[in-house]
Amino acid sequence: MAGTEPEDARFEERLRAAEERRRRADGAGRSEGVPGGALVAGLRVGAELVAALAVALAIGWGLDRWLGTAPWLMVAMFPLGAAAGVMNVWRAFRREGS
Amino acid sequence: MGNARVAAPTIDALGQFTLSTGLGPIGAAVNFTNANEMMLLAAVLILAALHYGSRARAVVPGRLQALAEIGYEFVRNMCLDTIGEEGRDFFPFVFTLFFFILVGNLLGLFPYFFAFTSHIAVTAVLALSVFILSIVVGLRYHGLHFFTYFFPAGAPKALAPVLIPIEILSFLSRPISHSVRLFANIVAGHVMWEVFAGFMLMLTAGLGTAGLFVSIVPLAINVVLVGFELLVAFLQAYVFAILTCLYLHDAVHLH
Repeated sequence: MAGTEPEDARFEERLRAAEERRRRADGAGRSEGVPGGALVAGLRVGAELVAALAVALAIGWGLDRWLGTAPWLMVAMFPLGAAAGVMNVWRAFRREGS
Repeated sequence: MGNARVAAPTIDALGQFTLSTGLGPIGAAVNFTNANEMMLLAAVLILAALHYGSRARAVVPGRLQALAEIGYEFVRNMCLDTIGEEGRDFFPFVFTLFFFILVGNLLGLFPYFFAFTSHIAVTAVLALSVFILSIVVGLRYHGLHFFTYFFPAGAPKALAPVLIPIEILSFLSRPISHSVRLFANIVAGHVMWEVFAGFMLMLTAGLGTAGLFVSIVPLAINVVLVGFELLVAFLQAYVFAILTCLYLHDAVHLH
Protein backbone atom coordinates (compact mmCIF):
# COMPACT_ATOMS: atom_id res chain seq x y z
CA MET A 1 0.00 0.00 0.00
CA ALA A 2 2.75 2.37 0.96
CA GLY A 3 4.62 1.44 -2.19
CA THR A 4 1.78 2.37 -4.55
CA GLU A 5 1.68 5.97 -3.38
CA PRO A 6 4.99 7.14 -4.91
CA GLU A 7 4.33 4.85 -7.90
CA ASP A 8 1.07 6.74 -8.61
CA ALA A 9 2.76 10.08 -8.14
CA ARG A 10 5.47 9.11 -10.56
CA PHE A 11 2.85 7.91 -13.03
CA GLU A 12 0.98 11.22 -12.85
CA GLU A 13 4.26 13.03 -13.40
CA ARG A 14 5.14 10.87 -16.40
CA LEU A 15 1.65 11.35 -17.82
CA ARG A 16 1.92 15.12 -17.47
CA ALA A 17 5.33 15.12 -19.10
CA ALA A 18 4.04 12.98 -21.98
CA GLU A 19 1.02 15.23 -22.47
CA GLU A 20 3.27 18.28 -22.44
CA ARG A 21 5.52 16.70 -25.08
CA ARG A 22 2.52 15.82 -27.16
CA ARG A 23 1.07 19.31 -26.93
CA ARG A 24 4.39 20.87 -27.89
CA ALA A 25 4.66 18.57 -30.90
CA ASP A 26 1.10 19.45 -31.94
CA GLY A 27 1.73 23.13 -31.46
CA ALA A 28 4.90 22.97 -33.55
CA GLY A 29 2.99 21.17 -36.27
CA ARG A 30 0.29 23.81 -36.29
CA SER A 31 2.64 26.79 -36.50
CA GLU A 32 4.26 25.16 -39.52
CA GLY A 33 0.79 25.26 -41.06
CA VAL A 34 -0.85 22.63 -43.20
CA PRO A 35 1.28 20.39 -45.38
CA GLY A 36 2.25 22.55 -48.32
CA GLY A 37 1.02 25.71 -46.58
CA ALA A 38 3.23 27.93 -48.72
CA LEU A 39 1.96 26.21 -51.85
CA VAL A 40 -1.63 26.79 -50.78
CA ALA A 41 -0.91 30.47 -50.18
CA GLY A 42 0.87 30.79 -53.51
CA LEU A 43 -1.99 29.20 -55.41
CA ARG A 44 -4.45 31.56 -53.77
CA VAL A 45 -2.70 34.84 -54.46
CA GLY A 46 -2.69 34.84 -58.27
CA ALA A 47 -6.40 34.21 -58.57
CA GLU A 48 -7.28 36.70 -55.79
CA LEU A 49 -5.38 39.52 -57.45
CA VAL A 50 -6.93 39.04 -60.88
CA ALA A 51 -10.48 38.22 -59.77
CA ALA A 52 -11.18 41.59 -58.16
CA LEU A 53 -9.85 43.41 -61.20
CA ALA A 54 -11.98 41.27 -63.51
CA VAL A 55 -15.11 41.98 -61.47
CA ALA A 56 -14.39 45.74 -61.44
CA LEU A 57 -13.76 45.87 -65.19
CA ALA A 58 -16.85 43.77 -65.92
CA ILE A 59 -19.03 46.09 -63.83
CA GLY A 60 -17.47 49.16 -65.46
CA TRP A 61 -17.95 47.73 -68.94
CA GLY A 62 -21.55 46.77 -68.22
CA LEU A 63 -22.40 50.22 -66.81
CA ASP A 64 -20.71 51.87 -69.78
CA ARG A 65 -22.78 49.83 -72.20
CA TRP A 66 -25.94 50.63 -70.30
CA LEU A 67 -25.31 54.38 -69.84
CA GLY A 68 -23.33 54.94 -73.04
CA THR A 69 -20.40 56.48 -71.20
CA ALA A 70 -17.65 54.25 -72.65
CA PRO A 71 -14.91 54.04 -71.62
CA TRP A 72 -15.02 56.31 -68.59
CA LEU A 73 -16.71 54.13 -65.98
CA MET A 74 -14.45 51.23 -66.87
CA VAL A 75 -11.46 53.53 -66.45
CA ALA A 76 -12.82 54.73 -63.12
CA MET A 77 -13.39 51.16 -61.93
CA PHE A 78 -9.87 50.06 -62.81
CA PRO A 79 -8.04 51.56 -59.79
CA LEU A 80 -10.83 50.42 -57.48
CA GLY A 81 -10.55 46.86 -58.78
CA ALA A 82 -6.77 46.92 -58.47
CA ALA A 83 -7.06 48.16 -54.89
CA ALA A 84 -9.61 45.45 -54.09
CA GLY A 85 -7.26 42.82 -55.56
CA VAL A 86 -4.37 44.00 -53.43
CA MET A 87 -6.64 44.03 -50.42
CA ASN A 88 -7.69 40.43 -51.13
CA VAL A 89 -4.05 39.37 -51.14
CA TRP A 90 -3.29 41.35 -48.01
CA ARG A 91 -6.23 39.73 -46.23
CA ALA A 92 -5.10 36.26 -47.28
CA PHE A 93 -1.64 36.79 -45.83
CA ARG A 94 -2.72 38.57 -42.70
CA ARG A 95 -4.75 35.45 -41.87
CA GLU A 96 -1.87 33.13 -42.67
CA GLY A 97 0.26 35.15 -40.25
CA SER A 98 -2.15 35.23 -37.33
CA MET B 1 -5.45 10.80 -71.48
CA GLY B 2 -7.24 10.30 -74.76
CA ASN B 3 -4.18 9.39 -76.86
CA ALA B 4 -6.40 7.02 -78.77
CA ARG B 5 -8.62 9.89 -79.80
CA VAL B 6 -5.68 11.71 -81.43
CA ALA B 7 -5.45 9.56 -84.56
CA ALA B 8 -3.42 11.98 -86.65
CA PRO B 9 -0.38 13.32 -84.79
CA THR B 10 -1.83 16.69 -83.88
CA ILE B 11 -2.42 18.01 -80.40
CA ASP B 12 -6.09 18.38 -79.51
CA ALA B 13 -5.55 19.55 -75.97
CA LEU B 14 -9.11 20.64 -75.25
CA GLY B 15 -11.02 17.79 -76.91
CA GLN B 16 -10.88 15.82 -73.69
CA PHE B 17 -13.18 18.33 -71.99
CA THR B 18 -16.00 17.91 -74.52
CA LEU B 19 -19.26 16.81 -72.98
CA SER B 20 -21.06 13.83 -74.44
CA THR B 21 -24.10 11.99 -73.18
CA GLY B 22 -23.71 9.05 -70.87
CA LEU B 23 -25.80 6.05 -69.83
CA GLY B 24 -26.82 5.06 -73.36
CA PRO B 25 -30.09 6.10 -75.03
CA ILE B 26 -31.83 6.90 -71.74
CA GLY B 27 -29.05 9.30 -70.78
CA ALA B 28 -29.11 10.84 -74.24
CA ALA B 29 -32.86 11.45 -74.00
CA VAL B 30 -32.51 13.49 -70.80
CA ASN B 31 -29.11 15.04 -71.61
CA PHE B 32 -27.37 13.10 -68.86
CA THR B 33 -23.72 13.90 -69.62
CA ASN B 34 -20.47 12.07 -68.95
CA ALA B 35 -19.77 14.77 -66.33
CA ASN B 36 -22.98 13.80 -64.55
CA GLU B 37 -21.90 10.16 -64.69
CA MET B 38 -18.69 11.05 -62.87
CA MET B 39 -20.56 13.15 -60.29
CA LEU B 40 -22.86 10.24 -59.61
CA LEU B 41 -19.90 7.87 -59.37
CA ALA B 42 -18.12 10.25 -56.98
CA ALA B 43 -21.20 10.52 -54.77
CA VAL B 44 -21.71 6.74 -54.74
CA LEU B 45 -18.03 6.13 -53.91
CA ILE B 46 -18.08 8.62 -51.02
CA LEU B 47 -21.33 7.26 -49.59
CA ALA B 48 -20.15 3.66 -49.94
CA ALA B 49 -16.79 4.41 -48.29
CA LEU B 50 -18.50 6.18 -45.39
CA HIS B 51 -21.22 3.56 -45.04
CA TYR B 52 -18.90 0.57 -45.02
CA GLY B 53 -16.27 2.52 -43.09
CA SER B 54 -18.61 3.36 -40.25
CA ARG B 55 -20.32 -0.04 -40.13
CA ALA B 56 -17.58 -1.96 -38.35
CA ARG B 57 -17.32 0.43 -35.36
CA ALA B 58 -14.13 -1.30 -34.23
CA VAL B 59 -12.06 0.24 -31.44
CA VAL B 60 -8.99 -0.43 -33.54
CA PRO B 61 -10.18 0.69 -36.98
CA GLY B 62 -9.56 -1.27 -40.15
CA ARG B 63 -8.39 0.47 -43.32
CA LEU B 64 -11.78 1.69 -44.51
CA GLN B 65 -12.84 2.77 -41.04
CA ALA B 66 -9.53 4.60 -40.57
CA LEU B 67 -10.10 6.37 -43.89
CA ALA B 68 -13.59 7.46 -42.85
CA GLU B 69 -12.40 8.57 -39.41
CA ILE B 70 -9.39 10.49 -40.72
CA GLY B 71 -11.56 12.21 -43.31
CA TYR B 72 -14.15 13.12 -40.69
CA GLU B 73 -11.63 14.47 -38.20
CA PHE B 74 -9.64 16.34 -40.84
CA VAL B 75 -12.66 18.30 -42.04
CA ARG B 76 -14.04 18.72 -38.53
CA ASN B 77 -10.77 20.24 -37.30
CA MET B 78 -10.64 22.47 -40.36
CA CYS B 79 -14.14 23.77 -39.59
CA LEU B 80 -13.54 24.29 -35.87
CA ASP B 81 -10.09 25.88 -36.31
CA THR B 82 -11.16 28.24 -39.07
CA ILE B 83 -14.76 29.16 -38.26
CA GLY B 84 -14.69 28.66 -34.50
CA GLU B 85 -17.37 27.06 -32.31
CA GLU B 86 -20.02 27.79 -34.97
CA GLY B 87 -18.03 25.59 -37.37
CA ARG B 88 -19.99 22.65 -36.00
CA ASP B 89 -23.09 23.89 -37.85
CA PHE B 90 -21.31 24.08 -41.19
CA PHE B 91 -19.38 20.82 -40.90
CA PRO B 92 -21.77 18.73 -43.05
CA PHE B 93 -21.68 21.33 -45.84
CA VAL B 94 -17.89 21.65 -45.87
CA PHE B 95 -17.46 17.87 -45.57
CA THR B 96 -19.71 17.24 -48.57
CA LEU B 97 -18.02 19.94 -50.62
CA PHE B 98 -14.49 18.77 -49.78
CA PHE B 99 -15.06 15.11 -50.57
CA PHE B 100 -17.13 15.77 -53.68
CA ILE B 101 -14.35 17.91 -55.15
CA LEU B 102 -11.56 15.64 -53.93
CA VAL B 103 -13.08 12.46 -55.36
CA GLY B 104 -14.03 14.34 -58.53
CA ASN B 105 -10.44 15.50 -58.99
CA LEU B 106 -9.06 12.03 -58.30
CA LEU B 107 -11.50 10.30 -60.66
CA GLY B 108 -10.51 12.79 -63.34
CA LEU B 109 -6.94 11.50 -63.17
CA PHE B 110 -7.91 8.09 -64.56
CA PRO B 111 -7.56 7.58 -68.32
CA TYR B 112 -10.89 7.86 -70.18
CA PHE B 113 -12.58 9.26 -67.08
CA PHE B 114 -14.02 12.73 -67.20
CA ALA B 115 -12.79 15.38 -64.75
CA PHE B 116 -15.99 17.26 -63.93
CA THR B 117 -14.09 19.86 -61.89
CA SER B 118 -12.49 20.95 -65.18
CA HIS B 119 -15.72 22.72 -66.14
CA ILE B 120 -16.17 26.27 -64.92
CA ALA B 121 -19.94 25.70 -64.88
CA VAL B 122 -19.49 23.08 -62.16
CA THR B 123 -16.97 24.98 -60.04
CA ALA B 124 -18.91 28.24 -60.44
CA VAL B 125 -22.10 26.64 -59.13
CA LEU B 126 -20.20 25.25 -56.14
CA ALA B 127 -18.54 28.63 -55.48
CA LEU B 128 -21.82 30.52 -55.89
CA SER B 129 -23.58 28.22 -53.45
CA VAL B 130 -20.84 29.03 -50.91
CA PHE B 131 -21.13 32.75 -51.73
CA ILE B 132 -24.91 32.79 -51.32
CA LEU B 133 -24.70 30.68 -48.17
CA SER B 134 -22.19 33.13 -46.66
CA ILE B 135 -24.56 36.06 -47.37
CA VAL B 136 -27.54 34.20 -45.92
CA VAL B 137 -25.52 33.20 -42.84
CA GLY B 138 -24.30 36.78 -42.40
CA LEU B 139 -27.85 38.15 -42.58
CA ARG B 140 -29.13 35.40 -40.32
CA TYR B 141 -26.48 36.00 -37.62
CA HIS B 142 -26.32 39.78 -37.78
CA GLY B 143 -29.40 41.05 -39.61
CA LEU B 144 -28.81 44.35 -41.40
CA HIS B 145 -25.76 44.85 -39.20
CA PHE B 146 -24.10 42.47 -41.70
CA PHE B 147 -23.63 45.39 -44.12
CA THR B 148 -21.17 47.05 -41.73
CA TYR B 149 -18.84 44.35 -43.08
CA PHE B 150 -18.30 46.65 -46.07
CA PHE B 151 -16.91 49.44 -43.92
CA PRO B 152 -13.91 48.45 -41.78
CA ALA B 153 -14.37 49.52 -38.17
CA GLY B 154 -12.14 52.41 -37.12
CA ALA B 155 -11.49 53.71 -40.64
CA PRO B 156 -11.87 57.47 -41.10
CA LYS B 157 -15.39 58.43 -42.24
CA ALA B 158 -13.96 60.61 -45.03
CA LEU B 159 -12.58 57.52 -46.76
CA ALA B 160 -15.99 55.83 -46.94
CA PRO B 161 -16.70 56.71 -50.62
CA VAL B 162 -13.48 54.95 -51.62
CA LEU B 163 -13.39 52.12 -49.09
CA ILE B 164 -16.94 50.89 -49.52
CA PRO B 165 -16.71 50.31 -53.30
CA ILE B 166 -13.37 48.56 -52.80
CA GLU B 167 -14.81 46.33 -50.09
CA ILE B 168 -17.83 45.50 -52.22
CA LEU B 169 -15.61 44.66 -55.20
CA SER B 170 -13.42 42.53 -52.97
CA PHE B 171 -16.51 40.71 -51.71
CA LEU B 172 -17.94 40.21 -55.20
CA SER B 173 -14.63 38.83 -56.47
CA ARG B 174 -14.82 35.90 -54.07
CA PRO B 175 -16.89 33.47 -56.13
CA ILE B 176 -14.75 34.31 -59.19
CA SER B 177 -11.38 33.50 -57.64
CA HIS B 178 -12.95 30.62 -55.72
CA SER B 179 -14.24 28.90 -58.86
CA VAL B 180 -11.53 29.88 -61.36
CA ARG B 181 -8.73 28.55 -59.16
CA LEU B 182 -10.08 25.00 -59.04
CA PHE B 183 -11.18 24.91 -62.67
CA ALA B 184 -7.94 26.42 -64.02
CA ASN B 185 -5.69 24.06 -62.07
CA ILE B 186 -7.52 20.95 -63.22
CA VAL B 187 -7.68 22.13 -66.84
CA ALA B 188 -3.99 23.08 -66.87
CA GLY B 189 -2.95 19.67 -65.59
CA HIS B 190 -5.01 17.75 -68.12
CA VAL B 191 -3.90 19.97 -71.00
CA MET B 192 -0.25 19.37 -70.09
CA TRP B 193 -0.82 15.62 -70.14
CA GLU B 194 -2.47 15.80 -73.52
CA VAL B 195 0.28 18.01 -74.93
CA PHE B 196 3.10 15.72 -73.82
CA ALA B 197 1.21 12.64 -74.95
CA GLY B 198 0.75 14.40 -78.30
CA PHE B 199 4.51 14.98 -78.47
CA MET B 200 5.07 11.25 -78.22
CA LEU B 201 2.82 10.60 -81.22
CA MET B 202 4.42 13.40 -83.21
CA LEU B 203 7.91 12.12 -82.45
CA THR B 204 7.14 8.59 -83.55
CA ALA B 205 5.35 9.84 -86.66
CA GLY B 206 8.18 12.20 -87.56
CA LEU B 207 11.31 10.24 -86.62
CA GLY B 208 10.21 6.64 -87.02
CA THR B 209 12.10 4.17 -84.85
CA ALA B 210 14.39 6.82 -83.39
CA GLY B 211 11.28 8.73 -82.39
CA LEU B 212 10.13 5.77 -80.33
CA PHE B 213 13.23 6.13 -78.17
CA VAL B 214 13.15 9.92 -78.00
CA SER B 215 9.51 9.85 -76.92
CA ILE B 216 10.65 8.33 -73.63
CA VAL B 217 11.33 11.94 -72.57
CA PRO B 218 7.70 13.17 -72.82
CA LEU B 219 6.58 9.86 -71.32
CA ALA B 220 8.84 10.44 -68.33
CA ILE B 221 7.49 13.97 -67.98
CA ASN B 222 3.94 12.60 -67.99
CA VAL B 223 4.83 10.10 -65.27
CA VAL B 224 6.13 12.96 -63.13
CA LEU B 225 2.99 14.94 -63.94
CA VAL B 226 0.81 12.12 -62.59
CA GLY B 227 2.40 12.62 -59.19
CA PHE B 228 2.09 16.37 -59.48
CA GLU B 229 -1.57 16.15 -60.48
CA LEU B 230 -2.24 13.90 -57.51
CA LEU B 231 -0.87 16.67 -55.29
CA VAL B 232 -2.92 19.31 -57.11
CA ALA B 233 -6.09 17.19 -56.76
CA PHE B 234 -5.72 17.10 -52.98
CA LEU B 235 -4.47 20.65 -52.64
CA GLN B 236 -7.23 22.23 -54.71
CA ALA B 237 -9.93 20.36 -52.83
CA TYR B 238 -8.30 21.53 -49.59
CA VAL B 239 -8.00 25.13 -50.79
CA PHE B 240 -11.64 25.15 -51.87
CA ALA B 241 -12.76 23.82 -48.50
CA ILE B 242 -10.55 26.11 -46.42
CA LEU B 243 -11.72 29.17 -48.36
CA THR B 244 -15.31 28.08 -47.80
CA CYS B 245 -14.50 28.01 -44.09
CA LEU B 246 -12.85 31.46 -44.26
CA TYR B 247 -15.86 33.00 -46.02
CA LEU B 248 -18.20 31.44 -43.48
CA HIS B 249 -15.94 32.73 -40.70
CA ASP B 250 -16.26 36.24 -42.12
CA ALA B 251 -20.04 35.87 -42.31
CA VAL B 252 -20.25 34.65 -38.71
CA HIS B 253 -17.73 37.03 -37.13
CA LEU B 254 -17.89 40.03 -39.50
CA HIS B 255 -14.15 40.62 -39.82
